[in-house]
Amino acid sequence: MKADAGTILTLAGYFAVLSLFTIGGGNSAVPEMHRFSVEVQHWLTDRQFADTFALAQLTPGPNLIIVTLIGYHVAGIAGALVTTLAMCGPTGLFAFFVGRASDRFQGSAWHTALSRGLVPVTLGLTASSAAVIVTTLDFSWVAAVVTLATALTAYFVRIHPLWAFAAAALLGAAGLM
Amino acid sequence: MTSLSPSPQPPAPSATIVPSPVSPAPRRPSLAELFITFATISLSGFGGVLAWSRRMMVEERRWLTAEQFNETYALCSFLPGGNILNFAVIFGQRLRGPLGSLVAIAGLMGPPMLLIMMIGAIYAHYGDLPVLRRMLTGVASAAAGLMMATVAKMARPLFRNRAVTGPLVAIATFVAIGIMQWPLPLVLAVIVPVSIAAAWVRL
Repeated sequence: MKADAGTILTLAGYFAVLSLFTIGGGNSAVPEMHRFSVEVQHWLTDRQFADTFALAQLTPGPNLIIVTLIGYHVAGIAGALVTTLAMCGPTGLFAFFVGRASDRFQGSAWHTALSRGLVPVTLGLTASSAAVIVTTLDFSWVAAVVTLATALTAYFVRIHPLWAFAAAALLGAAGLM
Repeated sequence: MTSLSPSPQPPAPSATIVPSPVSPAPRRPSLAELFITFATISLSGFGGVLAWSRRMMVEERRWLTAEQFNETYALCSFLPGGNILNFAVIFGQRLRGPLGSLVAIAGLMGPPMLLIMMIGAIYAHYGDLPVLRRMLTGVASAAAGLMMATVAKMARPLFRNRAVTGPLVAIATFVAIGIMQWPLPLVLAVIVPVSIAAAWVRL
């Protein structure tokens, strides 16, 4: 948890690059964050990563707030700030300049090809995030049933995520996980 | 949660009224209003911030028409980075220039950052309590289930389409990232150009 300059630099560099490869929203970068912070850097254990993900889900705000918590875990408040800035800065600048020019290419052919081409990639990335989270959790039949039951419920009816989280947390508190 | 891709419209009863097609905001919101609006969107947004940003921007503040919102959001969802972050940058810039972007981002990220750092501090102390661990396992399991539902909803139109490239790209991405756990930049460097080229050919 003690922050040294090298760790802060690694956080800054890694998340700045990762932000540019984050397509389709914050959750699609979860597998890559897991690969780097658990497998490569050993900053967190599998269990801590799963906890971090769960805590980020419980916090209101953009999904990519998870990077703040990873940074905090690795290097305290300095780590949290640096990581969040790195995740928002480069893409923010990019969006700023594209946003200024965007009127010119609304509805152009490459614009359509780009957005259509990214849909299946986002789909594969989201599926990967679900798979990575499931595999980082200690396996239990109750957890597997909760995952499947939530998936089926959310597919067929619109539920507020907080209800699903509250029900699952209660099952956990009752000692079933 | 489901901030990925244009998800189904949020339940917006009053959106159907659409009083007039006239530009909704002759008055330029102040920097303070920008900050407060994005902070409100952020702190209300549990199930993805998209639904809340639409409600604030289109229905409550009337800063954008429904069409303007859709266009801006479509642009944001194919730019890299968080969709809602890009939205804050572009919207802030249109209203108040560079300072507007900064203020909108600060409103969006500041409050949840403070919150999650407090949560992180609590977790650092009590993270090993068995009951807390079990509750978090429950939450993560449910969150994974919600993501699976999102995947199924996104997959429906894609797999119904006659073109096979969409499903192939989705499956290849899943195998490379979800199963093989290869580095994201390498995988995207190969798969994104292929997928865009396939979409281009089919235009």
